[in-house]
Amino acid sequence: MLNIVWPIFIILSFSYAIFFGDINLLNSEIFKSTEDAINLSINLLGTICLWNGIMQVASKTSVIDKLTGFLKPIIRYLFPELRTKPKIQKEISMNMIANILGLGNAATPLGLKAMKSMQEENPQKDRLTDSMAMFIVINTASIQIIPTTVIAIRNSLGSENPTAIVFPVWIATICAAICGIIAVKILIKVTQNDK
Amino acid sequence: MKLVNFISNLAMPLIILIIVIYGLKEKKNVFDDFLDGAKEGLGIVINILPTLIGLFVAIGALRSSGILDLIINILNPLLSIVKFPTELMPLAMLRPISGSSSIAIATDIMRNYGTDTPLGMMASVIMGSTETTLYTIAVYTSCVKIKKTRYILLAALTADIVGIITSIIVCQFFV
Repeated sequence: MLNIVWPIFIILSFSYAIFFGDINLLNSEIFKSTEDAINLSINLLGTICLWNGIMQVASKTSVIDKLTGFLKPIIRYLFPELRTKPKIQKEISMNMIANILGLGNAATPLGLKAMKSMQEENPQKDRLTDSMAMFIVINTASIQIIPTTVIAIRNSLGSENPTAIVFPVWIATICAAICGIIAVKILIKVTQNDK
Repeated sequence: MKLVNFISNLAMPLIILIIVIYGLKEKKNVFDDFLDGAKEGLGIVINILPTLIGLFVAIGALRSSGILDLIINILNPLLSIVKFPTELMPLAMLRPISGSSSIAIATDIMRNYGTDTPLGMMASVIMGSTETTLYTIAVYTSCVKIKKTRYILLAALTADIVGIITSIIVCQFFV
């Protein structure tokens, strides 16, 4: 994707600056930007390493496993097809918990495992089942307790209160997830017959 | 308002506390595990550094050349009808497509307008509450080699749009 977006940005802005804009400003901005990227990365290092370390501790304990219990009623509502498949339910809830805790590295392999298990039960191998569709959209909704990366960025830019966004993020992410789930439920109904 | 701030600020320390206690309870080598994870974090940052340099230059150029202002001015009459802050438009458009470029754009917004201003807060909340939708869909459908995706992109983008709009509304209340 960036192979398309990046050259478009460069061509648009550089040619616009040469013909209409301020070429000196562009020059100083180029060097300032590289410097900013380095500064941001250095500042990100602290927060990201700290959080990654804490989450490594979490993944060594049984905390993910324990938390999956809370999701049971939600899973039953979201994936009616899988009522008789406790193993897949477990894989799905482990992926969701890992996402909620912000364990990106653990969440993806768990999610792909769940996808493969669902594919085994899929009667039509080239088409997503209802459960798969629901599962993917939930994964794109980014339900996360602590938005670590943004907090790290805010911190690096000298925010007075980097974590002030946590509660607003919860509200936005929950609204987004609910709408995503409703949209999938509608799409499942609409596309039921066009196999 | 104070309560919201309190909850926001409590979340991270509380989770760290619970996890460390939990690790001790299950008799793990908590600090060794922590170091393993923290080392991995080093790799994550080093991996995104080249991407960030490339994108920061591209986005810095977009802004300093004046073309971003031009695009914003063109979109302004349209967006002011729905009261969408035009400055956030580039972020809203790139967020589902590319994770690293949206980090670069959000950082650019926060640097120019301030992290704790309404615009800075909105950019932060948008980043925290949405995901690189296209990438996620691609990874999950390609692992089982499925082509018939039943318009899930539509559902996922609906969620993104709702997330972005909610972020903007919520920040107007809390800032």
